[in-house]
Amino acid sequence: MAAKKLKCRECATEYPLEARYVCSRCFGPLEVGYDHERLADVGEVRRRIQGGPQNMWRYHDFLPLAGPQPRTRTGLPAGCTPLIRADRLAERLGLSEVWVKNDAANPTHSFKDRVVSVAATRARELGFDTLACASTGNLANSVAAHGAALGMNSYVLIPADLEEQKILATGVYGTNLVKVRGNYDDVNRLCTELSGDRENWAFVNINMRPYYAEGSKTVAFEIAEQLGWELPDRVVVPIASGSLYTKVAKGFREFIDVGLIDGDVPTMNGAQATGCSPVAKAFADGKEVCRPVKPDTIAKSLAIGNPADGPYALDLARSTGGSIDAVDDQEIRAGIRLLAETTGIFTETAGGVTTAVLQKLAESGAIGPDERVVIVITGDGLKTLDAVRGSFTEHEVDPTIESFEEAFAGSAHV
Amino acid sequence: MAITVKLPTQLRDAAGGAATLQAAGATVGEALESVFAEHGELRERMYLDGDLRRFVNVYIGGEDIRFLDGLQTAVPDGSSLTILPAVAGG
Repeated sequence: MAAKKLKCRECATEYPLEARYVCSRCFGPLEVGYDHERLADVGEVRRRIQGGPQNMWRYHDFLPLAGPQPRTRTGLPAGCTPLIRADRLAERLGLSEVWVKNDAANPTHSFKDRVVSVAATRARELGFDTLACASTGNLANSVAAHGAALGMNSYVLIPADLEEQKILATGVYGTNLVKVRGNYDDVNRLCTELSGDRENWAFVNINMRPYYAEGSKTVAFEIAEQLGWELPDRVVVPIASGSLYTKVAKGFREFIDVGLIDGDVPTMNGAQATGCSPVAKAFADGKEVCRPVKPDTIAKSLAIGNPADGPYALDLARSTGGSIDAVDDQEIRAGIRLLAETTGIFTETAGGVTTAVLQKLAESGAIGPDERVVIVITGDGLKTLDAVRGSFTEHEVDPTIESFEEAFAGSAHV
Repeated sequence: MAITVKLPTQLRDAAGGAATLQAAGATVGEALESVFAEHGELRERMYLDGDLRRFVNVYIGGEDIRFLDGLQTAVPDGSSLTILPAVAGG
């Protein structure tokens, strides 16, 4: 394994690669540190990736797992999702080149399968038999499914008012589903307390968080590989805790540092919902830290009022010349429709946020005429059906030609 | 009646292994000062430049004190403060 240690992002204190997420000295987050010098032969690294399985384990050299490449026909292999050139979307927005990384095409229909795959695999390596999480929904689906696939017990804690689709698509896997009367930040606080007392539980986004977060880098690895080992100029990523956003940039950085791709980390744009936009607000106000908020948005998968990686997301947006923008519920619904109507991809509310922010950036002139832009679509529209209910016209007719003709009278297409 | 302060596992070694401590004071800041008076290392771990470190969360009655009056938040006698790391979740 190239991973060597856990290291505090704040004070650089080092720890062994165990189930630990917080620096004991300063409470800063721990991050996995690697020895990439052993990847000096770039040609060999590239061949190993290209000869690897058609899932995220092809980037095994860059993931914090001790064992040999995980057997790819067991568990729930995630990744290798489509990167689709979206010319109709680009044309609609007056942009030259837009690509959609469709991470709804994962086993449980969101990017969370990437982070859970790494966390669950590492949890097994460390001897845990129970998975757990605090979730806004997508993570719940993924942890429950991975528990089932790997034969691990699981506890999934969610806000009680989550979308019905996400609750049903979690319970079906036979997990211990716990609906907490409170918002995500309440669930997260409860799980943080629980994790201190349940030492045999691997909370994927708490005590396993350093490993979990590394899984998000594979989004960047795939984008670079799918673009023919090239970098995009700009990437638009949704922000909840800020973990995906910062780790996508880390993924590009690692590929650049090892020599697999040339160039700089792309301009990183973050996307939030106005009803839960602590990072966008701090960005606009020139602040280095986020003030927590009480979420009120249809984008429930992004409804984290106290984002753990907020300060790092702010650093990243500023250091890459990007920004963090917010869009309201109406714009989110319009974003879902825009993506669906121009690409054939139906995304959940978080993808509506991302698409709407792309539109906002395009309209403001922030995106240059020759830029290659990638938007990261993190989840499936079937998870948040209420967001599109009533947003289009339906035609109900009798089974007769007359009735059909009547319904479409005056329509140019018939 | 005193105030109860619940420590996360990461801070217990700085308090002789205790999971909860008793404190006194009218505000969160005062209550924490009373704890620091006995366990000096806790101050260094939790504070930077006289304020809470940015990755330390303090809750009273389940509410983050950042939504209240921060360290000035009033602490009724008999209530409980919970200290937790902020970097979880997402």
